[in-house]
Amino acid sequence: MSAAVPQGRRPRHLTIGRIGIYAFLVTAALFFMLPLWIMVVTSLKPMEEIRLGNILALPAAMTFEAWTKAWSSACTGLECNGISVGFWNSVRILIPSVILSIMAGAINGYALSFWRVKGANVMFGVLLLGAFIPYQVFLYPLVRIFSLTGIYNSLTCIVLVHVIFGLPTMTLLFRNYYAGLPIELFKAARIDGGGFWSIFFRVILPMSTPILVVATILQVTGIWNDFIFGLTFAGRENLPMTVQLNNIVNSTQGERAYNVDMAATMLAALVPLVVYFVSGRWFVRGIAAGAVKG
Amino acid sequence: MSTVSVRDVTVAFEAVQVFDGLSLDIQEGEFIVLLGPSGCGKSTLLNAIAGLLDVAEGQIWINGKNVTWEEPKDRGIAMVFQSYALYPRMNVRENMSFGLKMAKTPKPEIEKRVAKAAELLQITPLLDRRPDQLSGGQRQRVAIGRALVRDAAVFLFDEPLSNLDAKLRNELRVEIKRLHARLGKTTMVYVTHDQIEAMTLADRIVVMKEQKIQQIGSPDEIYHRPANLFVAGFVGSPQMNFIKGRFENTGEGLSFLAGDRRLSLSGYPFIMAPSSGQEVVLGVRPEHLEISATGIWPGFTVDIVEPMGADTVIWCSDGEGSVQVRTSGSRRATPGESMTLHVDPTQVSLFAADSGERL
Repeated sequence: MSAAVPQGRRPRHLTIGRIGIYAFLVTAALFFMLPLWIMVVTSLKPMEEIRLGNILALPAAMTFEAWTKAWSSACTGLECNGISVGFWNSVRILIPSVILSIMAGAINGYALSFWRVKGANVMFGVLLLGAFIPYQVFLYPLVRIFSLTGIYNSLTCIVLVHVIFGLPTMTLLFRNYYAGLPIELFKAARIDGGGFWSIFFRVILPMSTPILVVATILQVTGIWNDFIFGLTFAGRENLPMTVQLNNIVNSTQGERAYNVDMAATMLAALVPLVVYFVSGRWFVRGIAAGAVKG
Repeated sequence: MSTVSVRDVTVAFEAVQVFDGLSLDIQEGEFIVLLGPSGCGKSTLLNAIAGLLDVAEGQIWINGKNVTWEEPKDRGIAMVFQSYALYPRMNVRENMSFGLKMAKTPKPEIEKRVAKAAELLQITPLLDRRPDQLSGGQRQRVAIGRALVRDAAVFLFDEPLSNLDAKLRNELRVEIKRLHARLGKTTMVYVTHDQIEAMTLADRIVVMKEQKIQQIGSPDEIYHRPANLFVAGFVGSPQMNFIKGRFENTGEGLSFLAGDRRLSLSGYPFIMAPSSGQEVVLGVRPEHLEISATGIWPGFTVDIVEPMGADTVIWCSDGEGSVQVRTSGSRRATPGESMTLHVDPTQVSLFAADSGERL
């Protein structure tokens, strides 16, 4: 057989351009994998091995000692109960904050896109404006307000803060999603006699699964990673994991335990990491949903 | 007594006024079709009747009750939408009973009504399916069923067949007509831009353009005696032929003159007194033009021939303008062939050239 007759799938050739693209992608991937690699191997080494300075090398004598220490006995200032205290604090902050902020955003978005409240656009604009003001501006006034009302330094306080600051993004997210639903569904429900709440809970909310997933991802990662609000509003008893991590890493008594620091950091990052890995597809969709339609 | 009465209604979207004092009376049991191009306000009017849109001024009466400030659910109406608007997370049975559940109807009553409507529409085997497991035609049937269980006095249809393919559209159109006959005293208000739906379904057609009612009349009146140039041009396919000309009073009476073509108007029923020399537009439906060797208008040549099966449309031109002639389906012609046309003066429509109104 001589030259092939063109038929079926066109054969692909590896061109120089292709090789360049792959080389770039591999380099980029390695670059972003490197810190994670160093953290994992360091956390699994005993201190003697770390002192040798081969930070990229695999552990010769693998040990989980640093992880147990980080979890249950590392010192955060004067107390030495590990980062587990912070973990459970974070969970206690996370669950009510996520649920309440998503519900508030969903109801807001629903009211804005279906009920066409008078001045809805102005209200929405003001809400969005709030999202662009740096958080630091709010800190002191909010501290004063909360101490006046007597809920400063409590779980209620930190949850309330997360709900308030989640409102602009959550409203935007749900409003845009609901703007894409056919308005006729809402009209049909009105004719069928549904009121504000019955239409929301029986018709709209059951259709919101995709955006609820997206909102959950955004809020879980956002609230879990929060540092400044937790430090400012949660109070000593409820300090979230991020704040405790900082305390562990920054408390310098004698030798710096790099392996414990690394393990503690990994533990603190675990929840968002799991969320990212499990929900990559949804996460991208969430970013797109927030960005495309304004 | 009329079931639906729209009295001097004004609807405003922010600064834009949509209707300015629009009125319409609909009789009990009547099938009314609101017909018009998109953006003419027909859907807005329907939404105002349904109460999904607040009116700025005027009143809406349904069944002898002023419902202007009532919620949609309290108006005694049911509505069917173009996009079906079925609740996606409920099955057919739940979709149909949702409204009754909201109204706290007792369960056995709900079941009875759903079963009855399902049987009427032949969707009983579909009751446990979800909307995404139904075809377009089935979905619209369910949507009609959902309206049916409400036992409403007035049915509102918002372009219910526009999302369906041609074959299903014809089927469901007949079914809606049958349903109306079966329900007897139910008033139906039906919005469409499809003139065939309007002609076949309506007792009376309301032709709208730019938020104004152009003509209200039976399909027959609308088709044969259009009130103005817009109605004449909008209804009918292929379109009515329009020929510009003027009146001339000769010895034998008034006639229409376009170039050297003349048409005696002795049999034409004028509703406005014509004056000699007035600029007018002559409207002739393609089926009212006849190809005849003894015709009064010679000198046409065949331009394009469109065989449509049941009939053939022949485009003829005389150098200045072209007209469409509808002839029998078996008639054939070749482009370039010369033709003589005949016009029956009792079948034409005359419009004033300036106002577009029927003369």
